[in-house]
Amino acid sequence: MTTATESLPPPTASTGPIGWIRERLFSSPLNTILTVLSVWLILMSLPPFIEWALIKANFTAATSQECRAGGGACWAFIGVKYRLMLFGLYPYDEQWRPLLASIFLIGLIVASCMPRFWNLSIVIMWPVGLVLVAILMWGGILGLKYVENTLWGGLPLTLILATFGIALAFPFGVMLALGRRSRMPAIKTLCVLYIELIRGVPLISMLFMSSVMLPLFLPEGFSIDKLLRAQIAIILFAAAYLAEVVRGGLQAIPKGQYEGADSLGLSYGQKMGLVILPQALKIVIPPLVSLFIAVFKDTSLVVIIGIYDLMQSTKVALTDPAWRGFSIEAYIFVSVIYFVFCYSMSKYSQNLESRLATGHKR
Amino acid sequence: MVAPIIELQSVNKWYGEFHVLRNINLTVKKGERIVVCGPSGSGKSTMIRCINRLEEHQKGHIIVDGTELTNDLKNIDAIRREVGMVFQHFNLFPHLTVLENLTIGPIWVLKKPKAEAEETAMKYLNRVRIPEQANKYPGQLSGGQQQRVAIARSLCMNPKIMLFDEPTSALDPEMVKEVLDVMVGLAEEGGMTMICVTHEMGFARKVADRVIFMDRGEIIEQNTPDEFFSNPQNERTQLFLSQILH
Repeated sequence: MTTATESLPPPTASTGPIGWIRERLFSSPLNTILTVLSVWLILMSLPPFIEWALIKANFTAATSQECRAGGGACWAFIGVKYRLMLFGLYPYDEQWRPLLASIFLIGLIVASCMPRFWNLSIVIMWPVGLVLVAILMWGGILGLKYVENTLWGGLPLTLILATFGIALAFPFGVMLALGRRSRMPAIKTLCVLYIELIRGVPLISMLFMSSVMLPLFLPEGFSIDKLLRAQIAIILFAAAYLAEVVRGGLQAIPKGQYEGADSLGLSYGQKMGLVILPQALKIVIPPLVSLFIAVFKDTSLVVIIGIYDLMQSTKVALTDPAWRGFSIEAYIFVSVIYFVFCYSMSKYSQNLESRLATGHKR
Repeated sequence: MVAPIIELQSVNKWYGEFHVLRNINLTVKKGERIVVCGPSGSGKSTMIRCINRLEEHQKGHIIVDGTELTNDLKNIDAIRREVGMVFQHFNLFPHLTVLENLTIGPIWVLKKPKAEAEETAMKYLNRVRIPEQANKYPGQLSGGQQQRVAIARSLCMNPKIMLFDEPTSALDPEMVKEVLDVMVGLAEEGGMTMICVTHEMGFARKVADRVIFMDRGEIIEQNTPDEFFSNPQNERTQLFLSQILH
């Protein structure tokens, strides 16, 4: 026979929903036990939670006594206190400014994630956006009242610390990773020392050091702003971890890629920037985003040096004697905010991974 | 007499304690086509990788087109610009399309405008007979196609010398011919200096001006293909040939 056998369609994989259930949920004794256990767990926990959070909940109470009477969640508390939680001690009448600043900042970040802006517009967008954010937050010009940054707090502060933390730690971390793999002993030693030193110290102690020890070393009368010190500590800390993540990616690139680039006569910078790093960073997107999420959440540690981020201003909201005892509601509220940001990062990274796939990892 | 384009003078190299290149002397004339063969571990790849400084030699002199290879980065860059290399495992950049693989060198190293670089790239893709693959990624091509892209990538740099490091060893048997055809075409066109490490003796017979046999880090014998295959002098050469020619 000269012609090839005709291609056949694949066999029907499933036999309807009952087949699916039998195959996926009850295929073996162990699987059956796990299915029953999970269903039991859901039945035990979900209805009481829904009853507490929605059915018996009070959304409109004017006082805490009235709110407590129903026996359910008191979401009215959030209604009363959300501005304190979101904006901290920022002057009440001016709180539209941090709101607007947060929206700008989120808008900038979202736009930076879209490939259609990966050109000159991103280079213009950021400085303009940051100047706007700074004007809104500080004020002092254009008829805006001056607000010093010790009064900043809540969500905009968390966003600012995280955005700059990640954006500046990233290039620094990449340089450290390249430095650690350098053939020049001085550079290599310096990078190894830095990475190991910073990684060996908790972030909390770095924040303490930045607020207590750093002023001791600075000349008298010269002081760096507290917020800036915390920001620098976060950047320095994140960079060390980032460097190790990136180094993992660099080590996964085969030697042949370096040789291919060398044989074309590409310089070190071109080789790294055009050939090695794009591949290495793509490999480490999952751990990289984990790290970004961790940095975002770790910004809450700045409370220990008296900066009112989202977490700390929530705690302040809980201290009002008129509204005592609604910490569960308050913490659920901030958790949802943190979750929305972190989950978006995670989703975006998955999206990025599939977009950057070029068919070589078959 | 034509001036030599590559000169290796008493080149020695060690990997740790292992003496991998022993006193290599080799002179290659412009336009000459050389095939290097020998058992595995004999130092053939190491020798040609020294010519564009992917490996560093520790003793002796290597002079390529009048420039001596030293630690001077300027010399290394100058030589790499004139020397193209094709690897056993292709070493294409998997995150770039075929066309981008071909233009990255001309655009960044030779500072050519993008349009011109792409035009040249398409010319060479036509020549290796896969212009329709220009916008695919290397991972979507077969091994033979990838190796032809790699050859085109080197040619886009307009090199004076081409080094081939076992270009067909990693290919499935049915793909060897399509790569060899491209190499034969390049050799028959003339003008290009080629040094090719390969076990394809048919290729050596067909296009080589000279065949070099290496064993244990030394050049044992070199001769024209006819003489080399019909009348090998050294007994190690005879043994090697009896093993690979059945």
